[in-house]
Amino acid sequence: MSDAVLETRNLSKRFGALVASDDISLSLKTGEIHALIGPNGAGKSTLIAQISGALRPDEGRIFLDHQEITHVSMPKRARRGLGRSFQISELALDDSVLENAMLGAIGATGSAFSLFRPALKTDDLRQRAEEALFRVGLKDQMQSRASELSHGQRRQLEVAIALTLKPKAFVMDEPMAGLGAEGSKTMVGFLDGLRQEAPILLVEHDMDAVFALADRVSVLVYGKIIATGTVQDIRANPDVRAAYLGDME
Amino acid sequence: MTREALVNGALIAGLVLVPLWAWMADEPFIITLTTRAAIFALAAVGLNLCLGTGGLVSLGHAAFFGIGGYAMGILASHAQSYQPIMETPFLINGTKSMPIIWLVACLASGLAAALIGALSLRTAGVYFIMITLAFGQMLYYFAISWPAYGGEDGLSIYVRNGFPGLNTLDPIQFYALVFCILMLTLGLMSRLMKSPFGLALNAARQSPLRASTVGISPYRLRLLAFTLSGMITGLAGALFADLNRFVSPSMFSWQTSGEIIVFVILGGTARLFGPVAGAVVFILLEHVLGGISDYWHIHLGLLLLAVVLFAPGGLLGLIAGRRKIHV
Repeated sequence: MSDAVLETRNLSKRFGALVASDDISLSLKTGEIHALIGPNGAGKSTLIAQISGALRPDEGRIFLDHQEITHVSMPKRARRGLGRSFQISELALDDSVLENAMLGAIGATGSAFSLFRPALKTDDLRQRAEEALFRVGLKDQMQSRASELSHGQRRQLEVAIALTLKPKAFVMDEPMAGLGAEGSKTMVGFLDGLRQEAPILLVEHDMDAVFALADRVSVLVYGKIIATGTVQDIRANPDVRAAYLGDME
Repeated sequence: MTREALVNGALIAGLVLVPLWAWMADEPFIITLTTRAAIFALAAVGLNLCLGTGGLVSLGHAAFFGIGGYAMGILASHAQSYQPIMETPFLINGTKSMPIIWLVACLASGLAAALIGALSLRTAGVYFIMITLAFGQMLYYFAISWPAYGGEDGLSIYVRNGFPGLNTLDPIQFYALVFCILMLTLGLMSRLMKSPFGLALNAARQSPLRASTVGISPYRLRLLAFTLSGMITGLAGALFADLNRFVSPSMFSWQTSGEIIVFVILGGTARLFGPVAGAVVFILLEHVLGGISDYWHIHLGLLLLAVVLFAPGGLLGLIAGRRKIHV
């Protein structure tokens, strides 16, 4: 038995003639950050969509915590422990930062159908939310409207919402995007510590961040994983250099 | 105190003082008018949960308004004719007791809302509007072609239904009942909006994907919102029928659905007292402008246009500013 918290086996997805995912087998092990890199259009988003449940794979299976989730709905996957942050922020912009952060806690505690207890005065929910905001460095913005947050702060809030869910595995889609040098550094430091809590499948374009964080890297090109290995392996891999890194350095 | 609280306070004060003055000045018509406003407000408070907080534009809430009305009509007509509603497998008699009628109206409209919602909520956007409209129209034509309960002519109830300890035929006493129900519902609604359910529903309107990815199914949230919303509008329908002592298929008409939407949008969506403000202004305009011209709807149309274009937050948004965030 593998120690994979999250695993895909032979995942395939086609859109007409385009093969967006070609026999992808990928695992995310306890305590690791597994980075998924690849040029634009390589099929990273399609893969993430299948793992999170937005898309059905044509073939293959997905496992979370050794249980198959291939045909489980998105909300159920989340309740089973799949935490997710988005490339383009998905927030309730009209609500307070605290209320947003609380959403994960509401989902995880199954209290979405609790009708009369005020959410903000429910200690359990509030504590989780405040703790998560503190950890991502948004405690001071807790009382702001989410729409007042800067781009970078919205990314932090995305992560905070995933945190309040207390997931078994994180899937993060470009958490560094648009953060700026200082923000990226803070986020890298934060994610570095987070892997002990739950492993992270990290889709990221920022190579400095990937090389600083990743225990393993998988390279996706034209829907196929052409290499998986440590940062050193990947940097040394001639195929990867040809397909991807070469044109960056 | 925030400006919104002041506006809400002013609305409550108006709903207490105007009928009180009318009662002392012996102006029963004004009391009836205020009762109408309060009942419409209740119907719109129901819709607001679904339209405002949930973001679900239902053009079929007349269905629930009508079911509430017919629940009252059917129960009361059997009571006044001493004919049981059914004898087998067990005996069900009509009743003239308001609390029982209200309960039946809520349950029946809630059940209908759950069924209609379960189907309609699989669609979104303009399809949702159309499918809710279709369900409303279905019930409208059903009511027209149901001769047992008056068909097109509707049903007259000769004496208003009773409430223990009150003389409901006295306009001010009936109004007091309606007012209490409206306030109670607003109280419940205020709690509901602050509950984890309200918070999640509000977030799911803004980002359904976000709700899904934290383990909350937008569909289920919306179905519950739609059901509760239908129950409240159904209760308003029962009260409306009792006010007029008359039920007719027009309660089911799409114009009724449209009017309830107008109350919500005019007053301000997703604001606790928005629908109350909307219904009160509507009745005021109907009374004042309707006295001047038969074509008063033109002026209402202009006002609605102005609100939609220049004050998307409705009248309440115009006066009280943007909705405050909760922390």
